[in-house]
Amino acid sequence: MLIAKDISKNFSGVRALESVNMEIHLGQVTALIGENGAGKSTLMKILSGVYPDYDGEIIFNGKRLGFSNPSEAQHEGIAIIHQELSLIPQLSIAENIFLGREITYRFGTLNKKLMWRRAKELLDRLKLDLDPNTPVYTLKVGQQQIVEIAKALLTDAEIIIMDEPTSAISDQEVDILFEIVKNLRNQNKGVVYISHKLDELIRIADRFVVLRDGKTIESGLIKGMNKDNIIQKMVGRNIQLLTPPEVSGQEEKILEVKNLSYTPKGGTKSGMLKHISFNLYKGEILGIFGLMGTGRTELLESLFGLHPGTSEGEIHINGTAAAFQHPSDAIQAGLALVPEDRKKDGLVLGLDVRTNISLTVLDKLENFGTINHKKETRLAGKYIGELGIKTSSQKQLVMNLSGGNQQKIVISKWLATHPKILLLDEPTRGIDVNAKNEIYKLITQLAKEGLGIIMVSSELPEILAVSNRVLVMAEGELTAEIPISEANEEVIMQAAIPKSKQASN
Amino acid sequence: MEKSTSIRNYRDILIKFQSLLALVILCFVLAMMTDIFFTSSNMLNVMRQISVNICISVGMTLVILTGGIDLSVGSILALSGALTAGFLKFGLELPFFDTFIGFTIFGAVLIGILSGTALGTFNGLAITVFRVPPFVATLAMLTIARGFTMLYTKGFPISGLGQNYAFIGTGWLLGIPVPVWIALTVVAIAFFVTNKTRLGRYIYAIGGNESAAQLSGINIRKIKTIVYAIAGGLAALGGIIVTSRLDSAQPNAGASYELDAIAAVVIGGTSLSGGKGTIGGTVLGAIIIGVLNNGLVLLNVSPFWQQVIKGFVILLAIIIDKSNTRK
Repeated sequence: MLIAKDISKNFSGVRALESVNMEIHLGQVTALIGENGAGKSTLMKILSGVYPDYDGEIIFNGKRLGFSNPSEAQHEGIAIIHQELSLIPQLSIAENIFLGREITYRFGTLNKKLMWRRAKELLDRLKLDLDPNTPVYTLKVGQQQIVEIAKALLTDAEIIIMDEPTSAISDQEVDILFEIVKNLRNQNKGVVYISHKLDELIRIADRFVVLRDGKTIESGLIKGMNKDNIIQKMVGRNIQLLTPPEVSGQEEKILEVKNLSYTPKGGTKSGMLKHISFNLYKGEILGIFGLMGTGRTELLESLFGLHPGTSEGEIHINGTAAAFQHPSDAIQAGLALVPEDRKKDGLVLGLDVRTNISLTVLDKLENFGTINHKKETRLAGKYIGELGIKTSSQKQLVMNLSGGNQQKIVISKWLATHPKILLLDEPTRGIDVNAKNEIYKLITQLAKEGLGIIMVSSELPEILAVSNRVLVMAEGELTAEIPISEANEEVIMQAAIPKSKQASN
Repeated sequence: MEKSTSIRNYRDILIKFQSLLALVILCFVLAMMTDIFFTSSNMLNVMRQISVNICISVGMTLVILTGGIDLSVGSILALSGALTAGFLKFGLELPFFDTFIGFTIFGAVLIGILSGTALGTFNGLAITVFRVPPFVATLAMLTIARGFTMLYTKGFPISGLGQNYAFIGTGWLLGIPVPVWIALTVVAIAFFVTNKTRLGRYIYAIGGNESAAQLSGINIRKIKTIVYAIAGGLAALGGIIVTSRLDSAQPNAGASYELDAIAAVVIGGTSLSGGKGTIGGTVLGAIIIGVLNNGLVLLNVSPFWQQVIKGFVILLAIIIDKSNTRK
């Protein structure tokens, strides 16, 4: 049995975990449940050695463990299968499985025959009927996941952690995966299963642990639990439900999307858009919900001119047709996009607060081709004040700020452009509860001031708390439009679950 | 947070101070060991020698700040220098039209700068439009421009360019060599651009996070192309100074100058991954390399050993820089 005791972890001042306790029993499947940002991934990264510094202790079979990197954790028998798979696409299945653990002949040359045979055995055990020499990039996501599991089995892992394993795979693949999980359980492995899909958890798990805001809320046997109990424990308090604002300007249509379609490069199904049509009104907050890979982000990107040539359909802004070739065209037309991953797409982390805020409007801060630093300072000061950005100075590097403050900077740089339509992609991902509430208030305030806001989110409570109207996406299509008065988690989830799944049930 | 900022600032100052300190120590040692080093004539000599490298390094700094690299500057220097010399000496003959166009010094210099800028633009377009990695695109230009230099000069130097032209490379103004004035001007403009203009800001933003810069509405292609064009233009300026000083355009001029420029940028503390660095640092880096070269010559160190020593100095500079930035 693995016991995690009083685990706490901070990220640059933001508390991610606070005295979390968790037990993982061998021969059982433990479901780790919690909203986005509850601390599940952080906890798992600590258990698997990704984050070496934390407070608290990990005891495995009576022995106190401390890892300074993932390979040490692997050595002790703890393997993690990340949400983002970590296989090397150009290498074959066998090469991936044996990466870093190659079997060699006496003089150091690779014993490919033996590795092929061992890989084949593992694949057979996992019922994946493929030649181990197949390059990984030709595999489907579900198959890649099984290769990851094979990799974990090779290391004789006793604890296998699966982070959202079914978020990107088909139903048949889910069934296969569940068979594998059951097999692992019968082989006395301890499996930790992280998923938002509560039905799945009830089907597969023996025990559960609920995390909320970085704390353990409850743990126990899954028997006798149902979806409602679990949701209650997950959501608990938590977001102070703001009353959704009155829809003021339903009459003034500021954005009309007709038949928007998009096929990602390589024609992958994930992220495809099929004939999306909807309107956005002035002063409205339109919530868009969808599971991972349903095209939520791609929809916003297409609106923002990031897929010129590859997306089709009509976009009308204030009644005039728009065809954006570049984000700068979209900005010109009054759009702003707060991207999903602020570190990757939103901020220049190595530059300071002021520079990041002014980046979108430098042309307006110029005098005779020179940046007017006074104007720039005034602009940054304005938003630091209005949004309550906590920073020691305007010269502070953005990388030193907390997630919530970073997100406020991204929002600031877009408010500086005085947009009419604000696109928000997962606006509160990875930030703490207080900052979340501040951002909700801000969004509501902006809508009152007349902005049209589209908020994409995978957090149901967030959608329900902030939106005036909810659109639901599944597999690249809009599957429902729900007025907020009729929206609840059930209705939205029903529409978000892909049709194929409903048909097979 | 306040505390960590002040520590960071302190550390930044220390890092800057470190290169300066290294330079001072280097000068001190050389002054002790040789009689000639600390004379004004030698100092001015060093400054004149590094002025070409400073011009090239400034362009290289901008390129590296965007996260790129330019290996073609040495070849562009040679081709632009040869074109300037050729147009100045032979003019342009258009047999079909039965005309001959002669060039003034100004005209020939303009041709040189424009040719370098055009080659740099070509680099930029290959990188932005055709998505060729900068290393490969400029490596290709390195051999393309060198080949054209050989074709244009037929492998022979173009010499005898006249007294007036020689002023650019050998003349004096207010007691300071003309090339030094040119380098100072380039540095001043680059300082202004990086600190005070939108272009400068965009260069840092692109190098720091290209994806965020694009989403902010910055035209990445345009900015990058401009940066490579500037690097080409500045290499051409270097070529003009070199041909003027030697009174001759050598077909193999500027070979491996790109390495000295990259070394100056890197010793100056600019990150090869982009987004972080200053023009001032690069100037310091170029001076350190120049003084080192000069000192080793004065100390009668064999040219072979000079190369070895220079290599280790570059390594040392980076290792110190890395250990400072590591948290």
